[in-house]
Amino acid sequence: MKGAKILLEGLVQEGVEVIFGYPGGAVIDIFDELHNYPLKFILTRHEQGAAHAADGYARASGKTGVCIATSGPGGTNLVTGIATAYMDSVPMVALTGQVPTAMIGNDAFQEADIVGITRPITKHNYLVTDVDDLPGVVKEAFHIAASGRPGPVLIDLPKDVQQAVTSRPYPKKAEVPGYKPVYRGHPRQIKQLAKAIADARKPILYVGGGAVASGASAELRKLAEKTSIPVTTTLMALGIFPETSPLSLGMLGMHGTQYANYAIMDADLIIAVGARFDDRITGKIDEFAPHARIAHIDIDPTSLKKNVRVDVPVVGDVRQVLKELNKIVKPGKCGPWLKQIRAWKKEYPLAYRDTGAIPPQYVIEQVYKATGGDAIICTEVGQNQMWTAQFYPFTEPRTFLSSGGLGTMGYGFPAAIGAQMAFPGRTVIDIAGDGSIQMNIQELTTAVVNKLPVKIVILNNGYLGMVRQWQELFYKKRYAGTILEGNPDFVKLAEAYGAMGIRVEEKKGVLPALKKAIKHPGPVVLDFKVAGEENVYPMVPAGANIRQMISGMA
Amino acid sequence: MRHTISVLVENKFGVLARVAGLFSGRGFNISSLSVGETMDPAISRMTIVVDDQGSPRIMEQVEKQLNKLINVIKIQEFSRGESVGRELILVKVKTTAATRSEILEIAQIFRARVIDVSPSTLVLEVTGAEDKIQAILGLLARYGVKELVRTGKAAIARG
Repeated sequence: MKGAKILLEGLVQEGVEVIFGYPGGAVIDIFDELHNYPLKFILTRHEQGAAHAADGYARASGKTGVCIATSGPGGTNLVTGIATAYMDSVPMVALTGQVPTAMIGNDAFQEADIVGITRPITKHNYLVTDVDDLPGVVKEAFHIAASGRPGPVLIDLPKDVQQAVTSRPYPKKAEVPGYKPVYRGHPRQIKQLAKAIADARKPILYVGGGAVASGASAELRKLAEKTSIPVTTTLMALGIFPETSPLSLGMLGMHGTQYANYAIMDADLIIAVGARFDDRITGKIDEFAPHARIAHIDIDPTSLKKNVRVDVPVVGDVRQVLKELNKIVKPGKCGPWLKQIRAWKKEYPLAYRDTGAIPPQYVIEQVYKATGGDAIICTEVGQNQMWTAQFYPFTEPRTFLSSGGLGTMGYGFPAAIGAQMAFPGRTVIDIAGDGSIQMNIQELTTAVVNKLPVKIVILNNGYLGMVRQWQELFYKKRYAGTILEGNPDFVKLAEAYGAMGIRVEEKKGVLPALKKAIKHPGPVVLDFKVAGEENVYPMVPAGANIRQMISGMA
Repeated sequence: MRHTISVLVENKFGVLARVAGLFSGRGFNISSLSVGETMDPAISRMTIVVDDQGSPRIMEQVEKQLNKLINVIKIQEFSRGESVGRELILVKVKTTAATRSEILEIAQIFRARVIDVSPSTLVLEVTGAEDKIQAILGLLARYGVKELVRTGKAAIARG
C-alpha cells in the first residue's frame, strides 16, 4: 500500500470522520487518495482556518480534530492554530506534506522545517522518513493526542514517503515506552483530600479545562451536591457546572465576578480540579489565597507545584479521582461560609451601564434569551470574549469554545465551523469584535459552500476593545493602533460571500435580529453597532492581587 | 548550585533538539550536556548538568518537564555520593623551552597524557572528576591556555 493510502487507512481506523485542510503540491497524493475514502473533507480558505476548525470540532465533540496542509507556507500557516490547541490542551492531529527526503535541508521550494518550528508547541511531532514507520506513527500520534493531558501532534510526511509502498499492517496498539500517564489517583492522597474537605470551614472548588477534557461534569456535580462546596470555574471550564446553580460563583480571575474572587481569596481550602493556577486567575502570585490549604487534582504532574505550593497533590484523571472521592467524601461545617457567599453574590452582581447606545453586554444577554441557553457559543478574543464569559450563563460542558491560553483573535469563527460540523443540528454562534472577525473572514466561503449555518455576532465598536481599555485605564487614553478605522460594511461583506447580513443600530432591534438569524437556514453575519468606549468590569489590574478589583460602577 | 541528572531517551530523530529546546524554552540553565548510545542502540543516555541559578526548587519542574517529553524514558537525579562522574578535557597549553618541563610535571601529577606536542604548545588529555579538572586548569592557566575542549560530565550510579 502506498504511504498516502496508509495514512488515510489509519485515519479511518482511528474513527476520523472529518478533515479540515487546504491542498498543495506536497500533499497531492494524499488528496488523490481521498477520492477513495468516505472521509468528509472541508476545504477552508486559509490553513489557519483549517487548524482552528479542527480545534473547534475537537472541543465541541471530545474527538480528535484533524487538519491537513501542504509543505512550507501550508505548514507555517497552521502554526497559530497548533499553538492555540497546545495552550488549551486540545486533541488534534495536524498532517503536513514535506518535500521529498532527498531535498530536505536543501532550501527546496516550499520547504520549511515544520517539525523544528512546531516542536515547542506540539505534544509531540514526527518526520516520517521511512514508509515502514508510517502505520506506527499514525497509531502513536492519535494515542498521544487524545490520552493523558491531550494536545496537538504533528506528522510531517515527505512526498516520496507518501508514494513509497509498504506492507506493514496498521498496529493494534501504540507502544510508547516513555509515555505512561497516570489515571488512577493514589488512594492515600484521595483519603487525605476527603479529610481536608471534612475539616474545612471555607472550601471552594476551582475547576479548569482539565475537568472538561476528562468528562467529569456528572462527578463534579455529585461532589458539589454532597458537600455543598461552592464552585468557580476558569474560562476554559465554563459550563462544566451549571452557572444557574446557587452553588455557582461563575468565573474567577482578572475579569471574573467579584464574589468568586473574594471567595477564593478568603477560602481555607481550595480544591483545584484540572486547573493550572494561570496568571489570569491568581493575580499577584505571592498574595494569592493567603489563608488556604491547596489540594490539586491534575493528570499532568508538571502542573502541580509549578506556581503555588500544594498541600494535597493528587495526580490522576479528574473523573476517576472524583468518582473515588465521591465514595468516601463527607461535607464539612460550612454554614456560615455559604451565608457569606450568598451575601457577596447579592451585594456584587455583575452589572453594566445603559448609556443609550446598545450595550455589548446586553447583546450577550439577548443571545442567551434567543437561544434558550441551548447553543454552542464560540468567541474571539478580548472584550467580546470576556463579556460572553460573564453574561451568558453556561450550563453544559463543551458549549463554550474560546482560545484561553494563547488568546488567538480569529479563532472563534473557524472554530464555530468545526463545531457546526460536529453538531449539524445545533445552533452555533460566534461572538466577535470588529477586529477579530476580520482575521479569518475568508472562512465565510467555507460556511456558505458547506451549508454550515453559523451565526456571527459582531460587537462592532470600531476599536480593538480590550487593548483600548488598557490604554484608557493605564496609559492616559493614548489610543495607539486601537482605532479600527476603515471597517467594511459587514452586511455588504456577508452578502458578497453569499451569506445573510443584518445590521442593528438600536437596542430594540437586537432580539428580533437574533431570532431571525437563528431561524435562517444559512450562515448569518449580525453587525451590532454597540457603545464605543465600554469596559469589561470587574478588572484586576496587572500586578494587583485579585481582591483589588476595579469595579467600574461609579 | 549544580545538579547532575541522567536521562534515558529513545534514540529517535530530534531527541537532543527536544531536550535542548525544552531547557531554553523554559529558561532552565544547562551547564553541560553529554550524550551517547547505551548497549541498546535504540536508547541513549544523556548526562545533563543543570545550574539551578539559586532556586533548587526548579529541579522538580526540570525533572517533571523532562518526563513529560514523549521520548524520555527515565530520569535519575544524582546527589553527592550516589554516583560517580567523570569528564574528559583536551587542553592546549602554550609552552616555551623554560616552561615545558614544569607543565610536564603538572601533567604527571594529574596523570594527564600528552597527546600532541609542537615547538610552542602541548596538548594534554585529562580525565577526572570535577574537582580534579578544575584543579589542573587552575594550575595551567598561568602558562596560557590556547584552546580548551570539554566533553561535559558523564555520570553513572554507584552499585
